[in-house]
Amino acid sequence: MKSSVITFPGSNCDRDMDVALKKFGFRNKMVWHNDVELPKNDLVVLPGGFSYGDYLRCGSMASKSKIMKSVINFANSGGMVLGICNGFQILVETGLVPGVLLRNKYLEFICKNVFVKINNKKNTFFKNIDEDILELHIAHNEGNYFCTNDQLNEIQDNEQIAISYCSKDGKIEDQFNPNGSIKNIAGIFNKEKNVLGMMPHPERMIDQSLSGEDGSLFFKNLINNIK
Amino acid sequence: MKISVIITLKKDVLDPQGKVINQTLEGMGFNDINEVRQGKYFEIDVKDDDPKKAKEKVEEMCKKLLANLVIENYKIIDAQ
Repeated sequence: MKSSVITFPGSNCDRDMDVALKKFGFRNKMVWHNDVELPKNDLVVLPGGFSYGDYLRCGSMASKSKIMKSVINFANSGGMVLGICNGFQILVETGLVPGVLLRNKYLEFICKNVFVKINNKKNTFFKNIDEDILELHIAHNEGNYFCTNDQLNEIQDNEQIAISYCSKDGKIEDQFNPNGSIKNIAGIFNKEKNVLGMMPHPERMIDQSLSGEDGSLFFKNLINNIK
Repeated sequence: MKISVIITLKKDVLDPQGKVINQTLEGMGFNDINEVRQGKYFEIDVKDDDPKKAKEKVEEMCKKLLANLVIENYKIIDAQ
């Protein structure tokens, strides 16, 4: 299985993602933002970080960089695209997934482990995963998901809410919402479910001695689904 | 020709920074504030000297990059 991780100036989770993808069997290539063509891929990952220093709006500059035209074409032709954290912010700025990510409600950079509930398993990202709840890491300043009421109705009707912040036992309530996101949204699919943007970092949860291994569950399942 | 643009958050979008600025101003004794909303200001010097064409170009820039129309409005305020 082939994957690519795009490196933008200011990306800082690109190598972590490379390590994670390789650990679970992807043949991964790093692709520079100024490249025009994507290698042949089963999965493209937009990593976390602070692309272009978060200038203007997080992800806005990266969404217009050269490689993104190819990434958008790849996504529109059904290719799997995963955006983590800043990658999610880039995805919303391209319009591949609906909504925007605002500054966290309490104006704090949040760096901690959270629990998320998987809402929809009828897609290549989460099909066959045994768990309903994953413990993952978040680290962001702009993760407060917002969309218009019309968009919210649409994403609910199309089952596009991929994961939601929840308690350890899966309760999706306000007190478990770290950043003020509408409906505790932590991750969103596009309508066709081949594009997923999410704030939590599964690539930080792949080593038993350093973290939990719920990220491993995500990647193991993902590669089996793509095979 | 210089064109100025103001970008503001739409009415129903939460503006936590504006809220904190509001609270701080109140703490300093400015008690007659209804609300503070924070925005962005751009000065763009475009090559075109025709105000109409220049404004059209800047409007396109606003739509494509400067503003995110899901949450923000833009206003071209003057050309000189």
